[in-house]
Amino acid sequence: MITFTNVSKVYPNGAIALEGVTLTIEKGEFVTMIGLSGAGKTTLTKLLLGEEQPTEGDVLFEGRDVTTFSVKELTDLRRRIGPIFQDFRLLAHKTAYENISCAMEAAGKTDEEIISDVPHVLQLVDLQDRMYHFPSQLSGGEKQRLAIARAIINQPEVLLADEPTGNLDSVNTEEVLNILRKINDLGTTVILATHDPQLINGLGGRLITVEKGKIVKDEQHRRKI
Amino acid sequence: MFWTTFKRVLESGWINFRRNGLVSYAAILVTTITLTVITGLFLLNAILHTTIDSIQKQVDITVYFTVDAQEERILSLKQTLESLPEVAAVGYISADDEVLAFRERHSDDYLTLQALEELGNNPFGGNLRISAHDSTQYESIVNVLEGDSQVARDNAEIIDRINFAQNKVVIDRLNRLIADSRDIGLIVTIILSFISVIIMFTTVRLTIYVVHEEIGIMRLVGASNSYIRLPFIVEGILYGFFAWTLTFLLFLPITYLLGRYATDALGLNLYTYYLSHFFSIAGVVLLIGLFLGALSSAFAVRKYLRS
Repeated sequence: MITFTNVSKVYPNGAIALEGVTLTIEKGEFVTMIGLSGAGKTTLTKLLLGEEQPTEGDVLFEGRDVTTFSVKELTDLRRRIGPIFQDFRLLAHKTAYENISCAMEAAGKTDEEIISDVPHVLQLVDLQDRMYHFPSQLSGGEKQRLAIARAIINQPEVLLADEPTGNLDSVNTEEVLNILRKINDLGTTVILATHDPQLINGLGGRLITVEKGKIVKDEQHRRKI
Repeated sequence: MFWTTFKRVLESGWINFRRNGLVSYAAILVTTITLTVITGLFLLNAILHTTIDSIQKQVDITVYFTVDAQEERILSLKQTLESLPEVAAVGYISADDEVLAFRERHSDDYLTLQALEELGNNPFGGNLRISAHDSTQYESIVNVLEGDSQVARDNAEIIDRINFAQNKVVIDRLNRLIADSRDIGLIVTIILSFISVIIMFTTVRLTIYVVHEEIGIMRLVGASNSYIRLPFIVEGILYGFFAWTLTFLLFLPITYLLGRYATDALGLNLYTYYLSHFFSIAGVVLLIGLFLGALSSAFAVRKYLRS
């Protein structure tokens, strides 16, 4: 489904973010990428979303090179990949309801679909009581749950979570991981990038270790309960 | 789907406009200043043109006829002149009227009146006072009377003199002054409008800079460029509309007071002028406001939509 072939990324200041990364992710996988800050995890997610271009190599999504996508094709790609970030990236001037309805409107959903689906997804992440709250009125955990709700509302094929628990306490972290696991169980491919080794104990699936822009380990990991 | 998208764009633009609070107020105020400058320039141009017109009306040329010129021929020439496109009006003063006016002017000058009595007959001929639509047209009117036209040949023996030569210097100077005033007015209008528009563009850019991160977020969740751009354009149009409302309301009392206390000095009643030219001033300013608001938003947001 997703293939990185010999991908390198060197920034204009000479900093090497990725070096010769080759990686394939199949549909329905739960992939955790672990590495220190600056190891290159975020760059990998940005390349997949077409936010950045690789200096070398190809980034393929379903066999097509993302780097050659037009603006419209990138827009379509981003509707198929639900992104979640450490800093939530919510629309500050929109309520929880509007943050989600906005993503649905962008995907061309009808008013009826929005009216029926938004309360449902907010209930799924336990934010039904916060529907008309603005992000500034929500706690860190609530913000991240809202970001997840927004990411999954259009039923994306891939959920891309970059340090989604970086700003959360342990209780909220566990909640977010549970939601990610449930989404994966429903067939969505989940790619989780984290620097926190504690986190991987609660996760099963594939574990990829990234160090200094290179993949140093790619293994199956068993969940420790 | 078109109407659903249209409704969503309007709704989203309106919500952003309301929730941006102070930023929206700032943009409206700056846009109001821009539209105030533009409205002010419209009114200043009206004052300038009224002044120029009234000065032009005070300029005319007079054709003096010989003493024995027959009145029918003078009146026939008057008709001919009135048919010229350059001529606005022709006034006839007969020899009898002229002598009466002379007596009136010199009613306390016994010696002059006595000299007139001693002449026995009327020493004055009649005259035609000609006003042109534009002061630059006097030369061509004089050419009809003095050149080698049929009119000049037919009337050569009854025309004593034309005072154009004496007035020519004044008329030429006036023409230059009018042309310069119009040019200066146009240049000042362009410069001030340009400055105002730049200030407005910069302010709208700042309002969009405040939310540029949100544009990035919208792109990441798969929003198309037009879906992101259009609500900002609606916001820009709202700035223009509210700024125009403020500008219009601001100029009502200003023009009312100027109309009441400064009509003589300005040469026209600005209040009645402002109201009677609602579509050509306020209407045009509204279109300018809406257009500038939309355009500045579209330009500002374009920067953040580049791939």
